[in-house]
Amino acid sequence: MGAGHAHRLYRHGHSPVHALPPQCKLAAVFCFVLVVVSTPRSAVWAFGLYAVLLATVAAVARVPAGFLLRRLLIEVPFVAFAVLMPFVAEGPRTEVLGLSLSVHGLWGAWNILAKGTLGVAASVLLASTTELRELLLGLQRLRLPALLVQIASFMIRYGDVITDEMRRMRVARASRGFEARGPRHWGVLAKSAGALFIRSYERGERVHLAMVSRGYAGSMPVIDDVTASRAQWSYAAVLPAAALLVCLMGWFL
Amino acid sequence: MHVPDGFIDAPVSVAAGAVAAAAVAVSLRGARRELDERTAPLAGLVSAFIFAVQMLNFPVAAGTSGHLLGGALAAILVGPYTGVLCVSVVLLIQGVLFADGGLTALGVNITDMAIVTVVVAYALFRALVKVLPNGRGGVTSAAFVAALVSVPAAAVAFTGIYALGGTTDVALGKVFTAMVGVHVLIGIGEAVITAATVGAVIAVRPDLVHGARDLRRPLELKEATV
Repeated sequence: MGAGHAHRLYRHGHSPVHALPPQCKLAAVFCFVLVVVSTPRSAVWAFGLYAVLLATVAAVARVPAGFLLRRLLIEVPFVAFAVLMPFVAEGPRTEVLGLSLSVHGLWGAWNILAKGTLGVAASVLLASTTELRELLLGLQRLRLPALLVQIASFMIRYGDVITDEMRRMRVARASRGFEARGPRHWGVLAKSAGALFIRSYERGERVHLAMVSRGYAGSMPVIDDVTASRAQWSYAAVLPAAALLVCLMGWFL
Repeated sequence: MHVPDGFIDAPVSVAAGAVAAAAVAVSLRGARRELDERTAPLAGLVSAFIFAVQMLNFPVAAGTSGHLLGGALAAILVGPYTGVLCVSVVLLIQGVLFADGGLTALGVNITDMAIVTVVVAYALFRALVKVLPNGRGGVTSAAFVAALVSVPAAAVAFTGIYALGGTTDVALGKVFTAMVGVHVLIGIGEAVITAATVGAVIAVRPDLVHGARDLRRPLELKEATV
């Protein structure tokens, strides 16, 4: 089980950002992203300042830039969409390198790229400085319903188990000479998915019985309750507060 | 179709978040009725299943492949309330942990991918199961149609949200045509896979298909002459 407890995005460390209680970090990231989203897109410099803010947090958390940039690749599908925008959007057109592009489309593409990238970067920073269990604890402290947190924790706890089960089924198919080439082979894959569902569900039943036999009555005991001090809250609030300042400047300048 | 941050403006994102929160709250109560105190482990494992099955690639042709979205499948296999919960939890974890889908767009993502897909799929499925002949064929065809319609329905819901709070200047008609067009294609794949998967489950454990549980016949004792 040892390997399953830290997720792939997490980077172990002892920086001040790592040490912050998870609920403070979650709230800070959420407020930051909300502020970024409400910034007018014409304030181009504001997004640069946001990027600087995030880079500062990354530096304090000692998350290397290369690591952060590699994680940003998850955004690539939206980049493709953003690149299309100037070609399909309405409104007045402008000439760039001999191509006729929509001005509104260019602004729209910039808007999505800038805000989307900042959002992804903030989430990646959160995930790389916060352990899974802590994240769930933080969500619970932020008044997310306990049942929802429990479901999420079971999903994370057994996610690797189920994925591994699927990998074993793939190995079993491959070792019998199966190779999926097209829709003709979907039947076999769908049967695997069906079997995987039955195995997952039955595992759920066994897990539940094991829990009941250990005294589970609908709620999990909280062993390490993390409370946040006023100082920690204000330390975490620096990021969204600075972002809010930038946002207000963006609206009024 | 995970919507990133900045695609939908802040007020509409917050409103969609409120809708999603309300729907999740209703589902939490409903799931307790569907699963009683087994809710947490079972819904958790089903979420893990959906998460895993989204990684199962179905090759289409010439190197392209698709994967299951799982909303309709979850609705049919575990019921609408648990289905909404499971897909929402998957989206939450993908947003918080894998940065897939923006945090402020979480409400938008849950509204169109968890709520609309599951509700549309389940309503259609139940209606069709009542109409179609009993048995495995009827259930799989109902699953096929339910999954086929649920994906474009999510695209229509997304276009609606876009009409309210889209930040880009692409004409609504174009967004609608593109989204629905692409998602009809995706829906066909989703429908074939969902129907086959439901068929595979119903062949082995018919009692686990929530949407068809009233089709089960009670066990009967038969005399056998030796």
